[in-house]
Amino acid sequence: MTTATLSFDARAAARAWRPPPLIESVWLRYTVYLGALLYLVVGLGSIEVNWARAAEGIDRGARFLAAFFPPDFVSQWYEIQEGILESLTMTVVSTVFGVILSLPFALGAARNIAPLPIYLFCRSVIAISRTFQEVLIAILFVAMFGFGPLAGMITLAFATIGFLGKLLAEDIEDIDTSQAEAVRATGASWFQLLAWGIQPQVLPRFIGLTAYRFDINFRESAVLGLVGAGGIGDTLNSSLDRYEFGTSAAVLLLIIAIVLACEYASGWIRRAVQ
Amino acid sequence: MLAIEGLTKRYPTGDLALDNVSLTVPKGQVMALIGPSGAGKSTLIRCVNRLVEPTSGRVVLGETEITRLGDLALRRARRRMGMIFQEYALIERLTVMENVLSGRLGYVGFWRSWFRRFPLSDIEEAFRLLHRVGLDHMVDKRADELSGGQRQRVGIVRALMQNPELLLVDEPTASLDPKTSRQIMRLIIELAKERGLSAIINIHDVLLAQQFAERIVGLRAGRIVFDGAPEALTPEVLTRIYGEEDWSKTIRRDEDDEGEHREPAAATDALKVVAAQ
Repeated sequence: MTTATLSFDARAAARAWRPPPLIESVWLRYTVYLGALLYLVVGLGSIEVNWARAAEGIDRGARFLAAFFPPDFVSQWYEIQEGILESLTMTVVSTVFGVILSLPFALGAARNIAPLPIYLFCRSVIAISRTFQEVLIAILFVAMFGFGPLAGMITLAFATIGFLGKLLAEDIEDIDTSQAEAVRATGASWFQLLAWGIQPQVLPRFIGLTAYRFDINFRESAVLGLVGAGGIGDTLNSSLDRYEFGTSAAVLLLIIAIVLACEYASGWIRRAVQ
Repeated sequence: MLAIEGLTKRYPTGDLALDNVSLTVPKGQVMALIGPSGAGKSTLIRCVNRLVEPTSGRVVLGETEITRLGDLALRRARRRMGMIFQEYALIERLTVMENVLSGRLGYVGFWRSWFRRFPLSDIEEAFRLLHRVGLDHMVDKRADELSGGQRQRVGIVRALMQNPELLLVDEPTASLDPKTSRQIMRLIIELAKERGLSAIINIHDVLLAQQFAERIVGLRAGRIVFDGAPEALTPEVLTRIYGEEDWSKTIRRDEDDEGEHREPAAATDALKVVAAQ
């Protein structure tokens, strides 16, 4: 046995073998480790905690929370109902328009079907939409269109373009190209290529993302009211301003219930279309 | 029928996939294209229908110079060339019937195809062909529920739906077991003969090529190094195509010539080829 492998000592090679490290160079590896450790120590050292203030704060927080009980659904029910309906309207309208508008951007932002200039344009629109948080965009639109749900809807539709455009474009870039090739080989036109070579492959994810975005848009519509962009957030904000914490608690409970329902529904839809 | 003249393809990476290839395929001829991986077989048949744009050279189908056509005319010309793929390339989430009808996309407008309102004659032809390949009971099954052999038969029907003059076949058996491979090859040849179609079949398996094709072209590093009858494949020729190896067991012996009941012998030989490589 050993005579054949005389010149090659497998055991010594096995002993010397180590899995290759994440960072090849030794000094760079230890510099990175040391740097990270140093940063952590300095960072922890720079946090100032006023323990006395925090102890006092716990008590205040408890009182603040206690003010929310019992939740009061009754005295401002009309306003709560208005707010919820407005939020749901905003969600539906902004999701529908956002999804329709996001389709051309998603197609344009997929490198495998769009020419470079269109690709760059669509990617920049998507990047702008994704860079700014909804609240910042809402402030701009409230300034442009005045207080109320219109500004909120435009904000959410714009945010939907960024969200769906990016994720759908990436899904289009990941398609199985052989199916698209087979469709092209039949003499299909460009639109037929989209409808037969690409759409069947991305449709389940498209439906799933739309359901997911619907659920995000409802949650955002509750936040946008705080900057005057309409919806249940407006109701919440004014109840807080008027120290009607019972009403605020009722609004919060309703938001939680609707968000849970949306999440459950969108999860169910996504599983069903896989 | 199909004439390829001085076809050259250099990829943007600098790889020369085809180097001045010239080839003529007469009407009704079934030609096998063999050669090692990376020899340019796939590139060659994709240059014929311009799924891959050739760098230089001419491809002429009948009276049409494919390499000079604009977008719309190219789409018209592609209808005349049915393509069959290695991994079937079916639209996985669509049904068998939808996949088969997709062979008619070059003939119907966008909205008709969108609403699946294909002409009745197309649907009738689809049923006829599906019945011919034994899949008429599966029209509404999704393509991803089928077995490999069934999928490839759908792929064949899709190509025939184009009513082509030429079949471009890319490794039709590479993902199939030896028995199904033979059935699929036999089906392709039969249907091509019935309809008088020419065919270019890329194939790895030398034995299958010998068994089913009437002409064999060997490609190596983008050049044609052999062009002749299946019987002319000698160990020397295989060495020229693939490089040095023991080829003595690979060449088909005459007594293996006949159909079904010889299959075990052929299958064993196929295994030897695999072992030899």
